[in-house]
Amino acid sequence: MTSYTSATDADRREMLATIGVASIEELFADIPARLRLDRLPDVDGGLAEQEVYEELRALAERNVSTQDELSFLGAGMYDHYIPALIDSIIMRSEFLTPYTPYQPEISQGGLQAMFEYQTAISELTGLPISNASVYEGPSAVGAAGYVAKFANGRRKFVVSRGVHPHSRETLRTLALGYGMEVVEVPLVDGVTALGDLDADVSAVVVQQPNFLGAVEDLESLASRARDAGALTICACDPLPLALLKTPGECGVDIAVGEGQTLGNRLDFGGPSFGFFATTEALMRRLPGRIAGETRDVDGKRGFVLTLQTREQHIRREKATSNICTSQALNALAGVIYLSWLGRRGIVELAELMLQRTAYARERMHAIEGVHPLHERPVVREFALALDAPVDQVLARCREHHVNPGYPLGREYPEHQDGLLVAITEQRTRADIDRLADVLAAAVAAERYAPKQVPA
Amino acid sequence: MIRAADDDLTIYERSKPGRRAFVAPELDVPKRPAEELLPAELRRAQPARLPEVAEPEIVRHYNRLSKRNFDLDTGFYPLGSCTMKHNPKLHERVAALPGHAKLHPLQDPRGAQGALELMWRLQGALAEIAGLPHVSLQPSAGSHGELAGVLLTRAYHEDRGERRTKVLTPETAHGTNPATVTMAGYEVVKVGTDAHGNVDLDDLRAKADDDVACLMLTNPSTLGLFESGIEEIERIVHGAGATLYYDGANLNAIMGICRPGDMGFDIVHFNLHKSFTQPHGGGGPGAGPIAVSQRIEPFLPRPQVVRREQTDNGSEPFYDLDYDRPKSIGRLRGFQGNYGVFVRSYAYIRSLGAAGLREVSEVAVLNANYLLARLQREGVLEYLPAAHQRLCMHEFVLSGAPMKRELKIKTLDLAKRLLDHGVHPPTVYFPLIVEEALLIEPTETETKETLDHFAEVLAEILREAREDPEIARNAPYTTPVRRLDEAGAARRLVLRQPM
Repeated sequence: MTSYTSATDADRREMLATIGVASIEELFADIPARLRLDRLPDVDGGLAEQEVYEELRALAERNVSTQDELSFLGAGMYDHYIPALIDSIIMRSEFLTPYTPYQPEISQGGLQAMFEYQTAISELTGLPISNASVYEGPSAVGAAGYVAKFANGRRKFVVSRGVHPHSRETLRTLALGYGMEVVEVPLVDGVTALGDLDADVSAVVVQQPNFLGAVEDLESLASRARDAGALTICACDPLPLALLKTPGECGVDIAVGEGQTLGNRLDFGGPSFGFFATTEALMRRLPGRIAGETRDVDGKRGFVLTLQTREQHIRREKATSNICTSQALNALAGVIYLSWLGRRGIVELAELMLQRTAYARERMHAIEGVHPLHERPVVREFALALDAPVDQVLARCREHHVNPGYPLGREYPEHQDGLLVAITEQRTRADIDRLADVLAAAVAAERYAPKQVPA
Repeated sequence: MIRAADDDLTIYERSKPGRRAFVAPELDVPKRPAEELLPAELRRAQPARLPEVAEPEIVRHYNRLSKRNFDLDTGFYPLGSCTMKHNPKLHERVAALPGHAKLHPLQDPRGAQGALELMWRLQGALAEIAGLPHVSLQPSAGSHGELAGVLLTRAYHEDRGERRTKVLTPETAHGTNPATVTMAGYEVVKVGTDAHGNVDLDDLRAKADDDVACLMLTNPSTLGLFESGIEEIERIVHGAGATLYYDGANLNAIMGICRPGDMGFDIVHFNLHKSFTQPHGGGGPGAGPIAVSQRIEPFLPRPQVVRREQTDNGSEPFYDLDYDRPKSIGRLRGFQGNYGVFVRSYAYIRSLGAAGLREVSEVAVLNANYLLARLQREGVLEYLPAAHQRLCMHEFVLSGAPMKRELKIKTLDLAKRLLDHGVHPPTVYFPLIVEEALLIEPTETETKETLDHFAEVLAEILREAREDPEIARNAPYTTPVRRLDEAGAARRLVLRQPM
């Protein structure tokens, strides 16, 4: 018997007798004999709890976490402080172990939390309608594309190169299925250069701030899209939205984004959640769950899943998305985090990032052999160009337990020695000074001879 | 907005200007004029109207909310097709270890050897369980795995220069299957069900032409029945040049007993939040890894987790992310997948091992058949007959049609009355082909006593309905709110707090 099953030999005998079969074997009689596995699968295990713990601990030890080095990695996920109350709440069995609230009378906690979450996302994005979460940031961009395709029936997406490379690639993958062409437009001086938009463009896809950290002139991008009869999809980093003109104010039709920064762990990339907000015009095309307010038979306020006629379990092949299980627990962490920050706190946190990022940017630009990749306003992240092979520079920094950021070269061959540096409230002035010292030494040691500097 | 009693205010209704929980760290850098860093024309007009509450009220608010949820750690949750099995507590402890929880997804592989090795080992275990050689852990949930699978099918056919247009799904399929087919740009063609609950082979033969790209099949089906004609299904589908897709929603019935790969499936998705016990979280997170055959492998999403053997004798192998996959369909999401889910499912597999996994499926099937037999003994099946008179696998379907006719209560009423007994109702009104359906999946982690109790509760509700059907029709009575007006919610949409 395993630790998680309770059928004793006596139970089994009694249960089999009740069923009217002689053995468990007989219960599997419908499986053709040729298909029965005549051995146990080759899967090691059967360990005691403490042995499993020890193995998982040993594996964890072989990772270099943000606790083990001074990390300036960002590029879509950020090392923010997670307040203690989040774990204390989301680890409660009542939130951790139920499933989708199919029975609203016994799921009011989860449903009301969804409603509160939708409100917070609506406030952040300045758009009236939010769903209750999708998988994560990049797939949310792909899902937004699916909404746009059906909203206007056009055949092409124009995607800024300032959109996260994973989002662009995900959009291309999904567009392969639902049949859309994806055209990329470049960044010039750090921001999106849209070019001419023709009548085939279904949606313009941009990111705020963009992948290189630059704040885009979102209002003018959305207005250009609108003039061409296209929708604007904007992937947003939610914390900078505390300061930035909202997607709603800018005329964006669909705002999506990665929710990890809102109270969720890094977890090597997931689980986190994606948020998805839109206008009333597109509300009936939203993917995923949406909670709405209603009353019970006694007139008491309650919440239910609503607009379900969009969804796969009702509409099947005509559904607006195939999504079912999404990221409810992560979205719950998100709304608790936003409630913890509060109306003034989120602005203070964003202003702190703005100031420290400005300081960090100035310190890095002052290093010999380090140049700005652009001069646009930034909130929490900025891009540098090094006069040195970035991989070697990173390797030298690692020896000092400093991780200066994300090397841009793989995704941006035009920035072969580019480096993306992220600042959170967990990186102090002393940390930034240390980064500057270590990076300066590494660049000095690895610097290209003048003639080798790539043009 | 409806005015609420004080005990169920929203967090926004508890807000009061000036209260706060967050205190920002000190500004330790020279302060620059804000306007210089971010000009006014880029700034929002007014702050996001988030609540203003101190920590005690936030904690109390969400604790109170939690008490308005029913959960698996409290009681029986036989929600068919969702595999609501116990979530071992160890898993939360190991997933929270800083080496896992605080690992940045773009950490250089040299600094993520533990994570990549864990993923590589999980891939190996899932491959063995599926009986297929290659695994991608990337998809975020079952339906995401389905989408991956159908896009892989598309890539496979297109690589061979074939443009097929249709995907077959049985009428018993989960709604995610047809929705996925549309998202992947195919037309859905439904296949019928025969009198025994199996795929109608004649219908399948008639529809499996050379325009068909794939058959998506759940086996055991959503009727809780093993497709005993699976070998013939495989011959028909492969004979038409199509791929065979295994929806792993019901894998909990067959782990270590038989394998989709051996049945001829080309692509399988797993639901780690079902069979491999990631907590359901109120609707996620989950993970939907896929396993595929050799011919599908070139198209798998990238990056793939790989193990590179070192050339120096005696060196440890190096675990890496392989992006160099020219035929890949590309990414389906950011980063490497829901790693936190992988940690939990890997811990589960290491706890159970092969014999434990087999025991899981054996007891899941034993529990389901026992419950069905117990319901028979209680006389429940008189009013709620099994949809098919066969042994079931890990779940079974009852029809509430006779109950509705004779006792004047619907399946919905029965479900609502169960709430008063502290039991989560089964899945209701699915599968669609069974009238007034109840889909019941007890899982292996429930005791015989719990199953006995559930059978007695169902019998009691039917007895009560014989005397007075109004009781069930107006249920529930003991829940935080009573029956809710869902139609009204959709008519007068209030989807956020008005301010």
